[in-house]
Amino acid sequence: MLRLEARAEPSKLMSYASPLLAIVLMLIGGLLLFTFLGKDPIEGFKIFFINPVRDSYGVSELFLKATPLMLVAIGLAVGFRANVWNIGAEGQYIMGGAAASAVALYFYESDSVFVLVAMVIAGGIGGMLWASVPAFLKTRFNTNEILVSLMLVYVAQLTVSWLVHGPMMDPDGFNFPQSRMFEESALLPMLVEGTRLNAAFLFAMSALLVGYIFMNRSFLGFQMRVAGNAKNAARYAGFSAKRMIWIGLLAGGGMAGLAGMSEVSGPMGQLTEHVSNNYGFAAIIVAFVARLNPIGIFFASLLMALLYLGGEQAQQYMNLPSSISNVFQGMLLMFLLGSDVFINYRLKWGRD
Amino acid sequence: MDSGLLTAMLAATIVAGTPLIIVALGQLIAEKSGVLNLGAEGMMAMGAIAGFAITHHTGNPWLGVLAGMLAGILMSFLFAVVVLTLMGNQVASGLALSILGVGLSAFIGKPYESEILKTVAPWRIPILADIPVLGTLFNQQSLVYFSWLLVAGITWFLYRSRQGLILRAVGESPSSAHSIGYQVIRIRYMATLFGGAMAGIGGAFLSVFYTPLWVEGMVSGRGWIAIALVVFATWRPFRVLVGAYLFGGVMIAQLFVQGSGMDINIPSQFLSALPYLATIIVLVIISRDQNTVRLHAPVSLGQPFRPEA
Repeated sequence: MLRLEARAEPSKLMSYASPLLAIVLMLIGGLLLFTFLGKDPIEGFKIFFINPVRDSYGVSELFLKATPLMLVAIGLAVGFRANVWNIGAEGQYIMGGAAASAVALYFYESDSVFVLVAMVIAGGIGGMLWASVPAFLKTRFNTNEILVSLMLVYVAQLTVSWLVHGPMMDPDGFNFPQSRMFEESALLPMLVEGTRLNAAFLFAMSALLVGYIFMNRSFLGFQMRVAGNAKNAARYAGFSAKRMIWIGLLAGGGMAGLAGMSEVSGPMGQLTEHVSNNYGFAAIIVAFVARLNPIGIFFASLLMALLYLGGEQAQQYMNLPSSISNVFQGMLLMFLLGSDVFINYRLKWGRD
Repeated sequence: MDSGLLTAMLAATIVAGTPLIIVALGQLIAEKSGVLNLGAEGMMAMGAIAGFAITHHTGNPWLGVLAGMLAGILMSFLFAVVVLTLMGNQVASGLALSILGVGLSAFIGKPYESEILKTVAPWRIPILADIPVLGTLFNQQSLVYFSWLLVAGITWFLYRSRQGLILRAVGESPSSAHSIGYQVIRIRYMATLFGGAMAGIGGAFLSVFYTPLWVEGMVSGRGWIAIALVVFATWRPFRVLVGAYLFGGVMIAQLFVQGSGMDINIPSQFLSALPYLATIIVLVIISRDQNTVRLHAPVSLGQPFRPEA
């Protein structure tokens, strides 16, 4: 009989190997899925995982897609380390995008560089404001932040729907529910000529660096880690739990808002109802697969971006719905959480 | 307000509340055993598409409900393996289950997007259904009666039966329950699968009886609201019923206002947001009183358990 035996101490090796195991399991699951759907699994694998990155433009698209994921995931990681479960990054992302759009549309005529600066600030603040609701309710009334932040996702979606059907609707847009296209001054500058990769990628890189320093080198980051790993120890040491909750949620909200800004000001160039592509939820998976580690977030975001692009390819060339991306994402996280058992346990043959 | 409108609103409220009751009671049982499954949204979505697809192909709504239930059980089994056998983090795994279920249901459901099912006729209970206004309570979909039986059955099970006592003991103190010889993990498996079955039925109710059609994302947060409802009810079955009708009332009231063409200057999106805002408000009201929550919450909720540890 196969059974699990507790390890004397958690395996460091397995904590890095288990994400890789989860990726392998996801790939196997994907091959099975393609077979089950009556597609050639090898062909499906090629279209899904190789096609999107076969040329340099594809690679630039990969980095473009990974940018908002990196931004959101690093913000979430700060909170998750302290066991602050901000599940509503999707809503904070949307509100950040909406706030940045408001600035872009208000200063529509202006060609000042400060428009973009103001949009960045508005995006961050928009996300933080949305995240401050669960933070306030958690610290003041002990309300569950998972449920509150999640409910606010739906409210954010409806708010943007109202904005693009009402106050922000393009006056010359034939009543389509979308804003005007932004002026050049409200768009992020491109990094590489001939691609859509923009300055937001630099934000993401800086955010990963700052996140690394904050989480691993600062006293506050240390406090948050203690609060997450040993709640009572943190309380005994006098670390303020409320402060952790506020920082955790504001970091996640601010970064998600910035990501929303980078999307409206980048590849979209306007506000629509589809400002997010589930990035807020996908980033949660990124943060977990990355073990809340900034370097891991970089690679996990690229992987998750590949799943998005693969889904688009599968839709185009295999006649499959693009929601196949979400299936892969869900599988990945589920497999990861299952594989994590090997960090604390090992498989043994035989009886006790 | 004339009695016709009142009757219509009452009937609609009950129908809107029914999936919430069924799903929340399933989660209540799982939580009473100490398992927090945040995957209700995903399990409902899978129940909804399975129910819709089977009803569409067979023409039999009962097979649809059965299929929805099986889909919910399968999803919750996946969750149970990860959190009970492999001791994964319950919060993260539940979330993963939601993402997986919503994604998978959208994927499977693509070919069914433009299909519509025949409306299923309600079950009319003779005599009782003829009472003015309240008679509408007895001219409902079969699953509405099921939800009432479920409230009664679960109340009896939890507080009057031996198995219910064991279930609660497992949720309160798994190590004590284990030391007097109960199979904690097996009991938790069964409670989790029951939660999945109810979530699947709740989802199937949406797509087969309520709408009756399939749209991607049609569960639209009801799974999460059901989880909030368990907290709101402080883990007591009858309060789940009351809470579900409160939410059903909010959902329906906003639809009636939107549909009435009343000359009010409120954007429809704001009205649509009311159920979500109501959930937040209700959670705040309940959470303010931490003593009540702590008194009724299963002590080991969300904690993994390993017999030899």
